[in-house]
Amino acid sequence: MLAKLRALRSELAMVSAAGRNPFGVTFDSILSATEAILDGKRVLLLGTNNYLGLTFDQDCIDSAVTATMAHGTGTTGSRIANGTYGGHAALEQRLARFLGRRHAMVFTTGYQANLGTLSALAGRGDHLLLDADSHASIYDGAKLGNAQVTRFRHNDPDDLRRRLRLLADQPGEKLIVLEGIYSMLGDTAPLREMVEVKREASAWLLVDEAHSLGVLGAHGRGLAEADGVEADVDFVVGTFSKSLGAIGGFCAFDLDDFGALRVAARAYMFTASLPPSIVASVIQAIEAMEAQPQLRDSLRRNGQHLHAGLAAAGFVLGAMPSPIVSLPMPDRETAIRFWNQLLDAGVYTNLALGPATPGGRPLLRMSVSAALTPEQIDTAIAVITRTGQLLGLATAGLAAAE
Amino acid sequence: MPDEELVLREITGALEELGKGTVPVTMETSLLHDLSLDSVTALDFVMQLETRLDIIIPMDGMAEIETIGDLVGVLTRGTGKAD
Ligand SMILES: Cc1ncc(COP(=O)(O)O)c(C=O)c1O
Repeated sequence: MLAKLRALRSELAMVSAAGRNPFGVTFDSILSATEAILDGKRVLLLGTNNYLGLTFDQDCIDSAVTATMAHGTGTTGSRIANGTYGGHAALEQRLARFLGRRHAMVFTTGYQANLGTLSALAGRGDHLLLDADSHASIYDGAKLGNAQVTRFRHNDPDDLRRRLRLLADQPGEKLIVLEGIYSMLGDTAPLREMVEVKREASAWLLVDEAHSLGVLGAHGRGLAEADGVEADVDFVVGTFSKSLGAIGGFCAFDLDDFGALRVAARAYMFTASLPPSIVASVIQAIEAMEAQPQLRDSLRRNGQHLHAGLAAAGFVLGAMPSPIVSLPMPDRETAIRFWNQLLDAGVYTNLALGPATPGGRPLLRMSVSAALTPEQIDTAIAVITRTGQLLGLATAGLAAAE
Repeated sequence: MPDEELVLREITGALEELGKGTVPVTMETSLLHDLSLDSVTALDFVMQLETRLDIIIPMDGMAEIETIGDLVGVLTRGTGKAD
């Protein structure tokens, strides 16, 4: 036990040696959806997942305050043991209506939504088919259940098809798990082709829209909406912690029978439910997301702006433009140095080191918000380019500057 | 189920593709210490071998793979065409 943690501790010390501990950044205060104070200095936030910038939305704040006054600060227990508040049921109805699903079930975090849903849906003798780049909560949910887990090549429908063919004679049901937007690189799943494979194999399909809810689709329902395949997606999982600016997770579906998940999903049953303030702010955030489609347009423009600016500077980019813009780093040391220097220059990004990244490769990950102004993005591009040039990462920028 | 000889041949081929063809490989070769494959790259390596051999390996069997010998054992028990 100790040996394992000591090894981790010395690794952390190594990672922190070049400056700060990247996993222990502590902001003095948060000024807005796009700015904070760190060590007494103003920094631009380029790594928040605050896609629609709703964390400081006045209506969301007001609803949270009103709900706290009316219903208290917490629920002090789980829905199963200690009761459901009216707000929980209202949120589930509101979310189901937004998603166009018959049922929605709310969890305390998105992590728990995957944990509870996957482990309860696929039991002994069943099969889970996971994309190789799946989020940790998906891997952990698979571990918690008793199904056989098969990993397929990231975003490769043919590899999934091949694996399902090899499993065709085996008893048990198959559940395919995908993400709308993959969190590390910001790439989307080839959902239409995946749906074809799903149909051929008569499998179930779950799509985690954690990073695509409020981001993709004409109404913000996610990748399934954008690709016109919602009818083929059996379960939508997602989170309130990104575009909706609060915390919480959900699983939505149409078949009544799956309602029994409420007495099967341990991550739903054995943890306290969301507090009234959060429930109220999320309901309000869904209203805002519906009423202000222009937020989605700003978000898309901002993602394109940052992506284009960095591409023009000669950076190698991880994927097509999306609200997530990732720069693959040549090695760990460069990644750590880059991240530290950006922070010194007033730009906060995410340092993503293996094993949580595709292939375990280090990444400098950024995500934009609808709340960023074009000027803020220009500033960010200039700072990132200047810093990248010094590290030999932004070649075209260097050429242009000469 | 693929036989041991075929499995070893594919492992050697896959290692060459990874640029690790220069390390001499025996049943005792450690994935982590001799080939520098950490847990994540090892998972990806197994995925590559699954494709080459047209088999699948359940993920819960992967935690026990430390040496090439373990890997051969797991791969020869994989679910595949020859079943
Ligand atoms: C794909 C995916 N699923 C689930 C989660 C977990 O969400 P939460 O932060 O609400 O626990 C995240 C984000 O952390 C994610 O990226």
